[in-house]
Amino acid sequence: MKRLIYLKDVVTLQADPDRCVGCGMCLLVCPHEVLSLVAKRVHVDNRDACMECGACSQNCPTGAVTVDSGVGCAAAVINSMLGRESSSCCCVIEPKKGSGSSAALPEKDSQRTGCC
Amino acid sequence: MSLPRQQQPFVAGSVTTGSGTIPRISATLTSRDHWGAFKVRWGIKRMDYRVDPGLYALGSPDRAASVFVTANYKLSFDCLRESLHGRSAWILVLDTKGINVWCSAGKGTFGTDELVDRIKSSGLAQVVDHRVLILPQLAGPGVAAHAVKKLSGFEVVYGPIRATDLPAFLDAGKKATRAMRRGTFTTKERIVLIPVELVSALKTAAILAPVLYLLGGLGGPRGFWANASIHGSFAVLCLLSAIVAGCILAPLLLPWVPGRAFSLKGLILGMITALIVETSRGLDMSHWSGSIESAAWLLLIPAISAYLAMNFTGASTYTSLSGVKKEMRWALPLEIAAGVAGLGLWLVSRFVA
Repeated sequence: MKRLIYLKDVVTLQADPDRCVGCGMCLLVCPHEVLSLVAKRVHVDNRDACMECGACSQNCPTGAVTVDSGVGCAAAVINSMLGRESSSCCCVIEPKKGSGSSAALPEKDSQRTGCC
Repeated sequence: MSLPRQQQPFVAGSVTTGSGTIPRISATLTSRDHWGAFKVRWGIKRMDYRVDPGLYALGSPDRAASVFVTANYKLSFDCLRESLHGRSAWILVLDTKGINVWCSAGKGTFGTDELVDRIKSSGLAQVVDHRVLILPQLAGPGVAAHAVKKLSGFEVVYGPIRATDLPAFLDAGKKATRAMRRGTFTTKERIVLIPVELVSALKTAAILAPVLYLLGGLGGPRGFWANASIHGSFAVLCLLSAIVAGCILAPLLLPWVPGRAFSLKGLILGMITALIVETSRGLDMSHWSGSIESAAWLLLIPAISAYLAMNFTGASTYTSLSGVKKEMRWALPLEIAAGVAGLGLWLVSRFVA
């Protein structure tokens, strides 16, 4: 089956070839083949296929790939608009700040919302 | 050191290691496991379907056996062990609060910190000689492989997206093919998500339906209950048909319905459904009341269906947050406006002769 593509020209993914060390981790973790290596440097191949999950930036050791990650879930957006908290679910609206080891900061609990 | 409890229903025996007595599990699921999976697919006890975090032994693993990391949502855990049929391995279960791999990774609970802590608290380093962990690829949003290596000494190898590809991945020397790394959203994958969506919509409908039925009794030429049995029950039928369009047809027909925005897909399916429902009832345009009632449901059914389809973005495997926000900027006001206008018209139709 053909790949399902969501809205065009909306994603916040950025790749900076100058900071890339060519390790290829971002390509490995991407579920939608968005990135490739061109001359051993990261390149955005398929921007509209990106779902902003943040796996690439999380696993980039040099910060060459960045994205405002979050879960594309309307129910979560609505819940956060209504100021509702953690109703039995798994979605986060605000992206995890930065990458590396300190995920799940306490203040993020207030942004858990219901869905999935 | 914290070990998972032995007295969990799926534990069959134990293995003694340098880090204590580890529960032994089987790769064969029992009817109890299948029944549990069926229930959570229908939203029953879904938020409380978990296994104890910590280290488990699948079969009879030795000090060189592979270590697989998963979430403590039992459906994830069962999926992993079932796919490793005929193999022995260690399974390290993280405390993801009973949430699946992808969603907990997005939230950060399936994350670097929890993984590093769990490696320590399980005593994994005393159980195996090697220093390699196999993680599901979809844990990527939560785990920074380079940070795990630095903090724990364990190397993270991302396995395939689907656990069912694990045997092929292992046989290829822990190499995943491109197809194994690609997220899909097949018809079958969409169908299994329908029950949960349906149950949650029907819970709201159970409150709305009696209200609509009673409102249908108001006004009109006949007595209250005679009105309700005609207009009230039609309202309930319309509500249910909107749920069928938004929660069943939209996920099922997702790739084939025109439009990229889920709301648009839901809107189209809602329009078609509304037309089918109204024409099969036999449109009565001979008086104002009938025309207004028809117009009301032509607005309401697509509005409800579009809203429900929009919410399916949360279950999909390819929608970005930026995209969902963009879609919602036009879709949500439209859905609310059509909903309010439709409801207003319907109430008016009750009082127009």
